[in-house]
Amino acid sequence: MTKAPRKLNPKSKDTPLLASYGMTKSFGDLVANQDINFSIYPGELHALLGENGAGKSTFIKMAYGLLQPDQGYLEWRGERITVTNPQQARAMGIGMVFQHFSLFEALTVAENIALALPPDFTRQKLSQMIKTKSAEYGIPLNPDSIIADLSVGQQQRVEIVRCLLQNPSLLIMDEPTSVLTPQETDQLFQVLKRLAKQGCAVLFISHKLDEIKQLTTRATILRGGIKVAEVKTKDQSTRQLAELMIGAKVKEIGTLSTPKSSKTLFSVSGLSRSAEGPFDIALKDISFSVKAGEILGIAGIAGNGQSELMAALTGEWRPASAAGVNKIMIGAADMTPLAPAARRRAGLAFIPEERNGHAAVPSMTLSENALLTGYDQADVVRRGIINHDNTLAMARHISKTFDVRQPSDDPLASSLSGGNLQKFVVGREIIKSPQVLIVSQPTWGVDIGATQFIRTAMANLAKQGSAVIMISQDLEEIFQIAHHIAVLNNGQLSETLKVDDVTPEHIGLLMGESPTRSGKARSGKARVSS
Amino acid sequence: MIILQKRKDIPTFLTIAVPIIAILITVLAGGIIFALLGYPPLAALYEFFIAPLSRPDQVGNLLVKACPLIIISTGLIFCYRANVWNIGAEGQLILGAMGAGWVALSFPEAESPFMILAMAVMAMLAGALWGAIPGLLKIRFKASEILVSLMLTYIAIFLVDWTVRSPWRDPLAFGFPLTKAYPDAGLIPVMSLPGIGRLGQLHWGVPVAFLVAICGWFYLTRSLGGYQIKLMGDAPRAGRFAGFNQGRVTMFVMMVSGGLAGLAGMIEVSANIGMLQPQISFGYGFTAIIVAFLARLNPLAAIAAGLVVALAELGGDTAQISMRIPKVVTGIFNGILLFMLLAGETLTHYRIVWVGVTEKANIEKASIEKASIEKANIKKDGASHG
Repeated sequence: MTKAPRKLNPKSKDTPLLASYGMTKSFGDLVANQDINFSIYPGELHALLGENGAGKSTFIKMAYGLLQPDQGYLEWRGERITVTNPQQARAMGIGMVFQHFSLFEALTVAENIALALPPDFTRQKLSQMIKTKSAEYGIPLNPDSIIADLSVGQQQRVEIVRCLLQNPSLLIMDEPTSVLTPQETDQLFQVLKRLAKQGCAVLFISHKLDEIKQLTTRATILRGGIKVAEVKTKDQSTRQLAELMIGAKVKEIGTLSTPKSSKTLFSVSGLSRSAEGPFDIALKDISFSVKAGEILGIAGIAGNGQSELMAALTGEWRPASAAGVNKIMIGAADMTPLAPAARRRAGLAFIPEERNGHAAVPSMTLSENALLTGYDQADVVRRGIINHDNTLAMARHISKTFDVRQPSDDPLASSLSGGNLQKFVVGREIIKSPQVLIVSQPTWGVDIGATQFIRTAMANLAKQGSAVIMISQDLEEIFQIAHHIAVLNNGQLSETLKVDDVTPEHIGLLMGESPTRSGKARSGKARVSS
Repeated sequence: MIILQKRKDIPTFLTIAVPIIAILITVLAGGIIFALLGYPPLAALYEFFIAPLSRPDQVGNLLVKACPLIIISTGLIFCYRANVWNIGAEGQLILGAMGAGWVALSFPEAESPFMILAMAVMAMLAGALWGAIPGLLKIRFKASEILVSLMLTYIAIFLVDWTVRSPWRDPLAFGFPLTKAYPDAGLIPVMSLPGIGRLGQLHWGVPVAFLVAICGWFYLTRSLGGYQIKLMGDAPRAGRFAGFNQGRVTMFVMMVSGGLAGLAGMIEVSANIGMLQPQISFGYGFTAIIVAFLARLNPLAAIAAGLVVALAELGGDTAQISMRIPKVVTGIFNGILLFMLLAGETLTHYRIVWVGVTEKANIEKASIEKASIEKANIKKDGASHG
């Protein structure tokens, strides 16, 4: 394997490390990248910014040899090259950390890294190298740990160290912070800054504007496959960056109204649930309550019991015996033994995190999807027979009110973009004006326009006197619209705090405070590799 | 290299064209097989597919052959839409015939017109119970309904065999394994059409089959129950979220298909045989699986599909008599047809793409990503199972 030289010759300060000229790539009718000119210099922290579907992934895949451009070419240190495969990219000195890790859960750190390296390392030498390298960057790793036992943040470190061992001169990070706590993000940024100081360029892909301002010096902004701007990040406000990214003025959600102290609409007390499967998180004594007009944000990193909590709130999971201490109440009525349909009739509405196959069915039309949680409503089903005209009218009404852009009158849900389908799903529930709305990750994988729309809709629902419980990984989202916040960590819920009284750092501590993650994993996780 | 790539949208014409193309290829392949076996291919195909339609009484017989196929496949469509794979309709048919037979043999003097109704009800009950067993084992113990329903078929075959040899054997049957003949009230009469008269063996079970298919279609496409079935088949997690009970849907479709197979068994015996004997069905329960797929899981289309498959069955008989072509060729036809349908099904949802080496690497990477997303979904799904 040829190692790229770490020491750079002086003239290369003016030559870009990697540059692209007129890169174009289409998939069928869709032009994913059009005429992209780009450059990154040694030691530079460069952001590639854009919404979902703007063409970021296509671009970096071409740079890493996973895709070939239809037109245009790349230059590496001033020389025109063709990157035909990732092996060649790695040999040149490009390292890449993917958004979805490609680690084998049942193997150790060292074994995983050995898989990516040429076979001429002995196990012992490799372990030593991993220890030195990870310590050098302040992200200590034990080479003998099993991946399944590591937190997501630690797994990401394995990916990073795997790249660092090949001494890259360009490191590409694809949305690296989406799975990290604020503290883990800080640590990651320190590592990246250190790398940059040593001359390694970092291409950082993200749509989180604060992070981009904090970390990078320059940003290339893509929109709809076209490069719309290249800016110095310190000259731009996050709002200006956002407007460049979405190509429109960003609407403010407006100030939050503080609800007058009113009656408690929804409460959960002593909710516990043991882990039933190898991947389950046990819920431990969860209690909270929400008042009318209030939005409660439940923060936490994915995999800390969010789906288990959501299933218990919707009624998809119910305690085996009614006798326990579990209590889920709406007003003074006990919901605990009720199935989802009965809870809906009592005034609850739910929006689960997963759009495809849970909150909506991709292979069904929008009107059939409207029926999913609407079959109890008047005039929709009579004597067991569906009134198609009325379901269609219901779907049209949702689409119109919630600005769902659809290709035809009653299309399959799968033909809508993620943002539009999410608007439909959110609209389907909010339009019923439920007393209590329980929603999980409402804007996950949704473009900025739809995100603002959805957040505004939730805030308005609360203004009308409903209670909203919002489980979200996105702290920014919680700080934007929630009145109260609690943190879910390893199946335990923290006390409820006023959003005005806490800082993101404080929440970050609550998110990562318990060291028992690995303990949990060790006790019950089946070590089956993917 | 060649890979299969999932289509984003499926062109409507494909969904209609695929079954027709499958039939055409099957006929073509049949011609080649005849030629290889040394029969004149065109004449053989004529005997198989056209001769059976050349006489009015044969048309009647075609409808009679299609009758059990249409009824059974309507029930199977309920199952397959819900992603429940009942392949034991043959056994459910036999149990239905036995249930009806028990009524008929218990009242040898009966003359009431309700006799036939009571037999039909008992047949459906017996078939539904036989279908309920794999359903129950599936929801209680996660036992594969494919294996259980198939194994129950063999139990049913031996059960009826034993029954007609021992407890229910007619002592006057000279030792043949037959029951007593049903009383007249337990038989389904041949139809007499106004202005035409009798049409072969055409009997009153045939309009019942049409009615079953139409009702099945209406239920599946227009009712909330049919919506639940489709929902549980397409996205069980969304179904649970909507508040439907997956176990209940599984039991329902298994019992509907078992009940309809039982009804088909009763009609088969009461219209054509008139008593129980070791062999009641000629594999209708299995052939109906092909009919269900040929109909693309639409009961109305199952009427047409049932007729097409029945034609091949009937043609096999004709060709055996007139050209001495072995009857097993019908089985080969059915096999090729099912194979073509499954291939067509795959090609409807996927397109064939030639790719170079780099794109292959890219696709592999994408599939790793997909696997990790699916893994995450499994985690979530595991979490939401109550």
